[in-house]
Amino acid sequence: MSRLAVPKTFKLYIGGKFPRSESGRVYEVVTAKGDFLANAAKASRKDARDAVVAARSAVSGWSGATGYNRGQVLYRIAELLEGRRAQFVDEIRECEGVSEAVARAQVDAAIDVWVWYAGWADKYVQVAGNGNPVSGPYFNISTPEATGVVAIVAPQKSSLLGLVSVVAPALVSGNTVVVVASERAPLSAISLGEVLATSDVPGGVVNILTGSAAEMAPWLASHADVNALDLAGAEGLDWVDLQIAAAETLKRVLPPEVGVPVPSVERVTFFTETKTVWHTKGLI
Amino acid sequence: MSFLDYAPAPESTAILNLRSNYGLFIGGEFVEGRGTPFATFSPATEVHIAEMANANASDVDDAVTAARRAYDRTWSRMSGSDRGKYLFRIARLVQERARELAVAESLDNGKPIKESRDVDIPLVAAWFFYYAGWADKLDYAGIGPAPRSLGVAAQVIPWNFPLLMLAWKIAPALAAGNTVVIKPAETTSLTAMIFAEILQQADLPAGVVNIVTGAGDTGNALVNHTDVNKVAFTGSTAVGRAIARSTAGSGKKLTLELGGKAANIVFDDAPIDQAIEGIVNGIFFNQGHVCCAGSRLLVQENVHDEVISRLKARMSTLRVGDPLDKNTDVGAINSRAQLDRIRELSDVGVDEGAERWSAPCVLPDAGFWFAPTIFTNVSTSHRIARDEIFGPVLSVLTFRTPAEAIAKANNTPYGLSAGIWSDKGSRVLAVADKLRAGVVWANTFNQFDPSSPFGGYKESGYGREGGRHGLAAYLESSGWSAAPAVTKGARK
Amino acid sequence: MTASKHNALAPAERAVDLIGGNLTEKSLRLHLEGLPGVDAVGLEARAASLGTRSIKTTSKAFALDKIISLIDLTTLEGSDTPGKVRSLVAKAVTPDPGDLATPRVAAVCVYGDMVPDAVAALGSAHSAGRHDGINVAAVATAFPSGRASLAVKLSDTSDAVSAGADEIDMVIDRGAFLAGRYGLVFDQIVAVKEACRRDDGSYAHLKVILETGELNTYDNVRRASWLSILAGGDFIKTSTGKVAPAATLPVTLLMLQVVGDWHRLTGEKIGVKPAGGIRTSKDAIKYLVTVAETVGEEWLQPHLFRFGASSLLNDVLLQRQKLSTGRYSGPDYVTMD
Repeated sequence: MSRLAVPKTFKLYIGGKFPRSESGRVYEVVTAKGDFLANAAKASRKDARDAVVAARSAVSGWSGATGYNRGQVLYRIAELLEGRRAQFVDEIRECEGVSEAVARAQVDAAIDVWVWYAGWADKYVQVAGNGNPVSGPYFNISTPEATGVVAIVAPQKSSLLGLVSVVAPALVSGNTVVVVASERAPLSAISLGEVLATSDVPGGVVNILTGSAAEMAPWLASHADVNALDLAGAEGLDWVDLQIAAAETLKRVLPPEVGVPVPSVERVTFFTETKTVWHTKGLI
Repeated sequence: MSFLDYAPAPESTAILNLRSNYGLFIGGEFVEGRGTPFATFSPATEVHIAEMANANASDVDDAVTAARRAYDRTWSRMSGSDRGKYLFRIARLVQERARELAVAESLDNGKPIKESRDVDIPLVAAWFFYYAGWADKLDYAGIGPAPRSLGVAAQVIPWNFPLLMLAWKIAPALAAGNTVVIKPAETTSLTAMIFAEILQQADLPAGVVNIVTGAGDTGNALVNHTDVNKVAFTGSTAVGRAIARSTAGSGKKLTLELGGKAANIVFDDAPIDQAIEGIVNGIFFNQGHVCCAGSRLLVQENVHDEVISRLKARMSTLRVGDPLDKNTDVGAINSRAQLDRIRELSDVGVDEGAERWSAPCVLPDAGFWFAPTIFTNVSTSHRIARDEIFGPVLSVLTFRTPAEAIAKANNTPYGLSAGIWSDKGSRVLAVADKLRAGVVWANTFNQFDPSSPFGGYKESGYGREGGRHGLAAYLESSGWSAAPAVTKGARK
Repeated sequence: MTASKHNALAPAERAVDLIGGNLTEKSLRLHLEGLPGVDAVGLEARAASLGTRSIKTTSKAFALDKIISLIDLTTLEGSDTPGKVRSLVAKAVTPDPGDLATPRVAAVCVYGDMVPDAVAALGSAHSAGRHDGINVAAVATAFPSGRASLAVKLSDTSDAVSAGADEIDMVIDRGAFLAGRYGLVFDQIVAVKEACRRDDGSYAHLKVILETGELNTYDNVRRASWLSILAGGDFIKTSTGKVAPAATLPVTLLMLQVVGDWHRLTGEKIGVKPAGGIRTSKDAIKYLVTVAETVGEEWLQPHLFRFGASSLLNDVLLQRQKLSTGRYSGPDYVTMD
């Protein structure tokens, strides 16, 4: 007789912990063929609210860390992802209904994207910042720094690569993140949460909500304590309305993309604010 | 019992797994050298540590050939992201073996374990970590849209920060896609050999890094080899000059990081206690064996006596002794030759009329030792105000106005670094503006970071190591080449 | 414009000697503002460097005993009862019943109204003016906030002195300090010092708590340290322990530097007491190193250095037990206070 499996429970990842939805709701996650896989937590607006609180409280620590430190933490996450390749491959195969080879290629790509972004943490400032040769006796320097809390609607069709391609770039400069995962394929997102929980990432830096993006996105878009909004995976939603809601507090907004966003340093610098400092220079 | 006579706190050498003799590291393997092997020993005890292979011109040729093969067949064809992954592996391995490397470094070099453990080795890991991330981002380095690697880099490094200087050379070269032949200093090759073992653990493709141990002849053969595209040297200005001459017209890109006689400028409004620490750190860190050492103190005349009095009191708390004792502040001088030079120049200082004062300390019988020393009443015309001593010896001069401080600070053929101590931001920035030095430290000293470019003006050399600028030495823009259209063959 | 236009300050002897006879708010302020600045990064780096000293074997054994002898064993809770104070005193007198050779602490530190209980509980172990024995230190002046009238603060002080306190730990008026009213802060310290005077003409020993966590900047700490010394304090103390951050190594280093400067200037030795947040032997040893390497090991005596601590003592005892037995110890082998 074959061994009876111990199925995993999939909860939300907020503030470094794994709570169920405060609403008590779950929804069925099925395989590509329609077979039952798991009950995932169906996050509510209150979960989203709690996630933003957690993200805000983590901003000063994460953005206050040195770029070297953030880079090392992010690289460590890649190390842990690498160790869990088999688990991620299995989840992708089940949720997306693809072959082992395709699933493995996605996982490999996701890890490599993560490593690429990790390597920016201690150098994007050198590429996006500079001294300015102003006409006067002033020292003048421009530096990009984190904008704060970034709310993200992850690509809805890709379980892992899409998620990683939007979460990693926001973290590089020290932002913290509330991300709504793919509704159909959320398992990789929660497994990513497990990786984060066992890495050196402080709680609250990444918060993962599963459930309906259509339900949660409007609350995040209008939330006054969210600084930026990445609508990468929102092309199936009324995303223009989301952008209008975000305009109320002048959030920085990235529009939807078709497919998975490619690695780009622009995705890092979009979520930064440039500060220019002047200081007098006087010898006597 | 006197509390300040701290009980011995030795760092154990049991962590080391040394061989009795080491070969050259060529093509991913340890091979015998054809030259006469030489010993490396501890400068603190004069006890033998291990025997090093000696690379003659043929060995150097083998190494360059291995580097060229690895470049053509493997490294130049590899994606930047894969090169980066190798460098990340190396960074992690250095972190894992950090204690072992620190102990080996202190044993072989003579520097306190406190420094190799807390400064040198962490910076080594950080350097590899930083440049790992650049390997697949070269388009953003500011060197044009698709910069190219140069090929094989010949690198010669000094004995004062053995493994750190190795990291400064190898990390950017590899990130940029070059392969390397590197020659460590003959008195401090031990950590380079352990590093070679780390490269094997990282599974770095054979020939990407080759390490040829030896002395001046090995270095000569290496930098003058016709099949290297780039030469990087850190060491004395005299040797740097010779390399600049011998590589002239060869088409090889050259960067040099040479000597210095940095001015540490203390204004009357300096945060006084921290300035004293900065003076001490500036000249006694690493026994003063630092190219960017603050070896000239320029103190504003109206606070001279106060500063000197506090400085002497602080120097009297420095602990000179066994580098492997965790409480040692100042270790051994690296070699008898260097000790002789320090002694000779100190005698010159006395002859010139400066006033000598040394911290009271008991020096061990065996090994090479020099007590931390200051010379006051030094003038700009004194040799000890001009010549690099490269030891724990500080020359103290005064100035009256900021402009005079700047003039005295710049009045040297060197231009590597400088320090400014003042509580007034506008003055700090205005003085920094006018100093002809590649690194200016304000209200601090001897700060190093892989993201921060380091290098000199004038006879302190050219080129920068660290930061985005540190990649420039190892790349050329697709649209331009520094190589002249016509080259003559390099002299052997 | 004459100096009399400015508020004259109480003519504390040290201040008059240094600044001059026309001691006013203005002259005091000019002096304090003329002190050298502190670079925070450099100060913290020096403290961290002192913290890397490796104190082992015989040095460690010496250090552990020395730490115990410098502790002001403290209970400062609203819920303190005579029973609690008796228990604290018993611990102070016999820190480790399993090893009666363990040194005693320097003092017990309690609220002013608990002084009679502390004195009674100490009995013959009370120093009461002798050089050996355990002192009773009382916090006073509306500790910890200091927010009360001067009259109340002085009564608080004199009550504790009358009840037998050997030492008074007062708090400065941080509100006044941060508002720039240095003269007010100064005069209060002078008045409290006077309230420490006993009928026989002797004075209770005065520690001045700066509450460095509220003063916030190192420049403020340097100024407050000088001000407290000029006004007549015997000790400068970092914190009440009721506000975070309490004592830190950099702040203590800075205060030791001031004390060292004062000694060089006048030959007089002032004491330093870091209080609050020092819980482990490892941390306490860093403080001993900092004292010894900054002002000299002559300061490692109860009349010049104290630790304001409660849980520190047990951690030191655990370490002490390991040194003597060779094995790690546990909480069951040290007593509660």
